[in-house]
Amino acid sequence: MKLRLATAAALALTLTACAPSTSTPGAAPSDGGARTGTLKVWLFDEPNRAPKEKVVNEAVAEFTAAHQGTKVDIAYIAVDTRSERFKGAFNDPASAPDVVEYGNTDLPEYAAAGGLADVGPAVTAWSEGADLSPDAKSSATYEGTLLGVPWYVGVRALYYRTDIFQELGLKVPTSIAELTTAARTVRAKKPELFGVAVGGKYTYAAMPFVWDAGGDITSLNSAQSRAGLKAYTDLIADDNCPPQQCADLTGGKTVDLFASGKAAMGILGNFNRAAVDAGAAKGKYAVVPLPGSKPGSIAPAFAGGNNLGIMKNSQRPALAADFLTLLAGKKYQSEMYDAMGNLPTLKSASAVVAAKDKFVEPFITTISNGTKFVPLDPGWGKIDASAVLPTMIEKVATGKSTVEQATDEAAKQVDAALTK
Amino acid sequence: MRQRFTPLWLLLPAAVVLGGLFLYPMYQLGLISVLDFRQAQVSGGQPTRFVGLDNYVQLFTDPQFWSVLLATVGFAAACVVATLAVGAGLAVLLTRISRVPRLLLSLAAMAAWAVPAVSGSTVWMFLFDTDLGFVNQLLGTEGFNWMYDRYSAFALVGAVVVWSSFPFVMVTLYAGIEAISRSVLEAAALDGASTWRTFWQIMVPMLRPVLAVVVIQSIIWDFKIFTQIYVMTRGGGLAGQNLTLNVYAYQQAFASSEYGLGSAIGVVMMLILLAVTVLYLRTLRRSGEPL
Repeated sequence: MKLRLATAAALALTLTACAPSTSTPGAAPSDGGARTGTLKVWLFDEPNRAPKEKVVNEAVAEFTAAHQGTKVDIAYIAVDTRSERFKGAFNDPASAPDVVEYGNTDLPEYAAAGGLADVGPAVTAWSEGADLSPDAKSSATYEGTLLGVPWYVGVRALYYRTDIFQELGLKVPTSIAELTTAARTVRAKKPELFGVAVGGKYTYAAMPFVWDAGGDITSLNSAQSRAGLKAYTDLIADDNCPPQQCADLTGGKTVDLFASGKAAMGILGNFNRAAVDAGAAKGKYAVVPLPGSKPGSIAPAFAGGNNLGIMKNSQRPALAADFLTLLAGKKYQSEMYDAMGNLPTLKSASAVVAAKDKFVEPFITTISNGTKFVPLDPGWGKIDASAVLPTMIEKVATGKSTVEQATDEAAKQVDAALTK
Repeated sequence: MRQRFTPLWLLLPAAVVLGGLFLYPMYQLGLISVLDFRQAQVSGGQPTRFVGLDNYVQLFTDPQFWSVLLATVGFAAACVVATLAVGAGLAVLLTRISRVPRLLLSLAAMAAWAVPAVSGSTVWMFLFDTDLGFVNQLLGTEGFNWMYDRYSAFALVGAVVVWSSFPFVMVTLYAGIEAISRSVLEAAALDGASTWRTFWQIMVPMLRPVLAVVVIQSIIWDFKIFTQIYVMTRGGGLAGQNLTLNVYAYQQAFASSEYGLGSAIGVVMMLILLAVTVLYLRTLRRSGEPL
């Protein structure tokens, strides 16, 4: 018995010697590193990658022609598992890329992990850098440091069915009240349709209502936020989109509903155009900015999108900056719009795009009207992952809690996550 | 003296394997649960800090944790009882039917068992889809959302859990019943015992060791349920009404890289399961049957 205890103790002792693994980030060369060699680039894979790949390859060809002795190695990483890939890259500097594309809501987490390099000087030195809109720039800034160049943005606006509006004699809504009335009229006259497709899990459709009312994610239990939330949850009701069907809808599901012709309106992004055109709604819809509560106003949209950044561990930061500014420049931003429908972040590029395609006009109007963003804090990842906002919306929409209770609870969780 | 060491070195290979595969991860789990350990710490952006029982305090003071724990215990208990009832019932049935139906029933059960949890859950979701589901069309209840009500959602997920785990119970118990000597059953029949009585007073006591394994397995499986809940209720149901402990741990901790908190939840789950298993084994011993 004694011996057994001794063995156990010895085993325990050897084990206590091992702590959980932690990597030490290496320092980047201060002189900008080598100007030749292979530049490793990670871009997001897309369901229809071919057009994106074509534009990127063109940029690579231009880059290698201008930089003797360089090669660019592009890897397309899956969006679903990007988090693991990035964590892996931060933990193992040797296999990390130089230039990366990343979702702008992921920024704080990556920044707190210490994985991204300051691109401020590179952007200042870049001739097109001044052309970045302040909203876009602030969405890539963490604690005063610019950690990426916004490559493209996506915003949502109000898609509506022109045929149904005409048939029922409805006017295009210019305020939330008109939007609500129009939605209820559709549902009353055509019970098989939803007025406007809204969902309890569709945070980025709900937040514009909150922002428009003067609220924010960091002050969910303020009177303004509550008013905004109520305006949204009032739409998840039997007279528009019954909670039974709509309380658990995600944004993607509302896209399906609008595209398949089951909803007269939907709050969809510029990036959903292809999905809508592939459905029954094709050719029978138009888009306007999502109205705010004041007649004629526009509700602030969430500016989702992707940034291009440089990894802190990059051994060729100067070369990486050259490639980044080339790919994020006016030429390739407008080409990316043609290829993928991604909205440019440079004013010059959006002017080019707007002149070519009328479709983007409501989205560009929405952007120039001012966009909002999630709190730039590593705690946002936690708020997002633990579904604080959808839970709040669903609690109100299903009548499980009052607006006051649900917002108090959510505000507490947001505070806890952000102050950590 | 040398004799005394023999069992030790004979145990060594197993100890090395078990130590490497179980003890070391368990030790790491316990260690991380008392650290402030998030993505920033893993990748070296911030130093790792010892926080004592902070993660546990955070967990135990979260009212949601207690309601999720309660729901998990209730859900697991219901699933275990239902799985055992279905499995045992069908095992007895297997011993009483002729060869062809027996083969068909076994094949059907094996097929259900072989379906990966994600695919199985997804197929059931299709069947119970609000607008296009076969079940709603059959019942004429189009537009009825099975996931809207907390209990109908739990019931549906529970049905899938039972569907995928009863075959193990059925096969194990069937093997156990087949191993019972015919003469015992025959004697009972001659004494005029009904099927019901034979089952409870002859089969169950003789099957006790097998039942113990099956019950503990089921408790552990059902308490740790993840896939079915995660897939079918889209990560915990409306406003988190269908969260179970494992999904909660994933959502609160691992998805947001709060490994410290996640490990604390893991430790708590492990302790609960250990306690349940030990208690169950003890009661079995007390009742006199050697295992």
